[in-house]
Amino acid sequence: MTMKTILAGATLALGLATGAAADGHEPVTVGFVYVGPVGDGGWTYEHDQGRLAVEEAFGDKVETVFVESVPEGPDAERVMTQMALQGADLIFTTSFGYMDQTIAVAEKFPDVRFEHATGYKRADNVSTYSARFYEGRAVQGHIAGHMTDSNVVGYIASFPIPEVIRGINAAYIHAAEVNPDVEFKIIWAYTWFDPAKEAEAASVLIEQGADVILQHTDSTAPQAAAQAAGNVVTFGQASDMAEFGPFPRVSSIIDNWAPYYVARTQAVIDGTWESTDTWDGIAPGMVGIGEITDAVPAEVKASAEALIESLRSGEYHAFTGPLNKQDGSAWLAAGETADDGTLAGLNFYVEGIDAEIPQ
Amino acid sequence: MIMLEKRPQPSQAWTFATPILAVLLTMFCGGLLFAALGQNPFVTIRTIFLDPLFSEFAWFYRPQLLIKGAPLVLIAIGLSFGFRAGIWNIGAEGQYVVGAICGAAVGLAFYPLESFIIFPLMIIAGALGGLLWAMIPGLLRVRFGTNEILVSLMLVYVAEQLLASMALGALRNPDGMGFPGSRNLSQYPSAANLEIISGSGMHWGVLTAFLAVICAYVALSRHIFGFNVRLSGQSPRAARFAGVNPSALVLICMGISGALAGLAGLFEVAGPAGQISIDFNVGYGFTAIIVAFLGRLHPVGILLAGGLMALTYIGGEIAQSNLGLPIAAIQILQGMLLFFLLAVDVLTNYRVAWQRVAA
Repeated sequence: MTMKTILAGATLALGLATGAAADGHEPVTVGFVYVGPVGDGGWTYEHDQGRLAVEEAFGDKVETVFVESVPEGPDAERVMTQMALQGADLIFTTSFGYMDQTIAVAEKFPDVRFEHATGYKRADNVSTYSARFYEGRAVQGHIAGHMTDSNVVGYIASFPIPEVIRGINAAYIHAAEVNPDVEFKIIWAYTWFDPAKEAEAASVLIEQGADVILQHTDSTAPQAAAQAAGNVVTFGQASDMAEFGPFPRVSSIIDNWAPYYVARTQAVIDGTWESTDTWDGIAPGMVGIGEITDAVPAEVKASAEALIESLRSGEYHAFTGPLNKQDGSAWLAAGETADDGTLAGLNFYVEGIDAEIPQ
Repeated sequence: MIMLEKRPQPSQAWTFATPILAVLLTMFCGGLLFAALGQNPFVTIRTIFLDPLFSEFAWFYRPQLLIKGAPLVLIAIGLSFGFRAGIWNIGAEGQYVVGAICGAAVGLAFYPLESFIIFPLMIIAGALGGLLWAMIPGLLRVRFGTNEILVSLMLVYVAEQLLASMALGALRNPDGMGFPGSRNLSQYPSAANLEIISGSGMHWGVLTAFLAVICAYVALSRHIFGFNVRLSGQSPRAARFAGVNPSALVLICMGISGALAGLAGLFEVAGPAGQISIDFNVGYGFTAIIVAFLGRLHPVGILLAGGLMALTYIGGEIAQSNLGLPIAAIQILQGMLLFFLLAVDVLTNYRVAWQRVAA
């Protein structure tokens, strides 16, 4: 008997179990695979808040399970398989690096539904979902451009993937819009969560003259480094990080997965789940902007709030022309907005950023 | 009061008994820890140590034990030669990474050509890559008397940077939509490290690990090389009089450990992991040091220790998802194992005696 036939047998049994769940005899089991610890205070913390919201919303009807700090590789594949074997009906895999593993496991368990965050590979039982964090980055860039005195904005980037590059571009465009002299210094940490590395990156940026630091990594270590420096502005990432407010943390991007997780779980219970590709922004509430504190001058706060409102209403797109690519070639004509396909695979900087994407 | 009397020579019986005692103590104190976390200690210990072997889904977990344990055993066997001779290669993680890069690069160079020769060439490249990376600290020690502990450890970080640059540059998948990471070798038949018997978990790396155990056993107990290694560790002066060339021994021991670590990396990248990615390495090279000592630097002991470590990883994941145990508790359990092993080691070299205090 090969692995595949054994698994097929197991999934058949699971399929029957799932059927029973739909009848309400047995709770629906929802699994979560996390890339960091639930206490990271950022990315994984917010996914776990989503999980707790699912528990709250459904009570006894749903059971949730999770495994934290799962490396992106064969370990992730094993954790997903194990969850599917133990009877999970719906599994959220919450990091880009789980993409191939999610697809591989989903193939073996056709009756289990998978939801992969921030990826681009889908199947009949694999959905993808992500948030338009770049909308939040635009707001951060706007505030950063106003707040910097040294005109040096530090950026702690994680991995050179389109998601992160979009954020850098969106922040730069809106910082340069209000402050043409602004300069971005970017450090690649090659990690989503490593407090020691993040703190070191923040210190290096501060030494290089940055008085505003944006981060695309998940820990609060850069906030602490900025607090120690005393005069450096930061923004909460993934989570509000309000404990560092009103200064250095002056605002934040909050990932709010709860409504999506509850809706998808409901769909499994109702039997209406379908493979979809979701990319929501500020308007549906998947991207939240944390309170802009009083450390920000009132007129800047007002203009930032106007920007949030225009993004929410859809009258303004964070990537609106005229925009050139870094090499000076034209990208978007005046008034033209970027299409989702280009944004999804974005692999270049816009004009004005004096840095190179690691190759 | 309790006194420790030094034994004239290490106790043979305790040499074998201490690892078992350490495991039992770990289970006991781990149980206390889990009880303090509000779990049933017996269920938790059973979940971690027995469920992967005997539960309903053991048919899935048993092959996973081989997949998780093989790189640990392969690297630890290599390290054991040097550790016995007093040559401390702490950088197996770096040699593992470089072996994977070299092996994968050879495979990718042939893509999409199909030929039976590709996989053997990759194996040679993997072993050579690890060997050459280990030669840097080896030659520096022989030629300039540098400390191989520091140099080999520092080279891990160099290797990680090299890995990131390969995943983003030279080895990046041209069809990957701008995302980092190489093509998936496990989907390229000529370069894939497939299971020898489908569903058994028995890939070529597992076979190599078993072969390494046998070869190491023969070399250490039946061959003059093993004698020289042991002699050098116990009495370097006597070894020199016996005609052992210390420089040659350093290079041979570093070479063996580097080559085996490189092989482990190659088998991992071509099989379970599938691709070169920025965070391809998950610490096998460091965990293997624990495995080597847990196994008393003895080939059979290392085999058992590798199995035990794999068990705590896989059992730990089951405990997380089934019992909601935090990963930190699992990591404490693994830490306890090494701690108790070192602590009870005292019994091998000392006798416990009761002695009345003179009034």
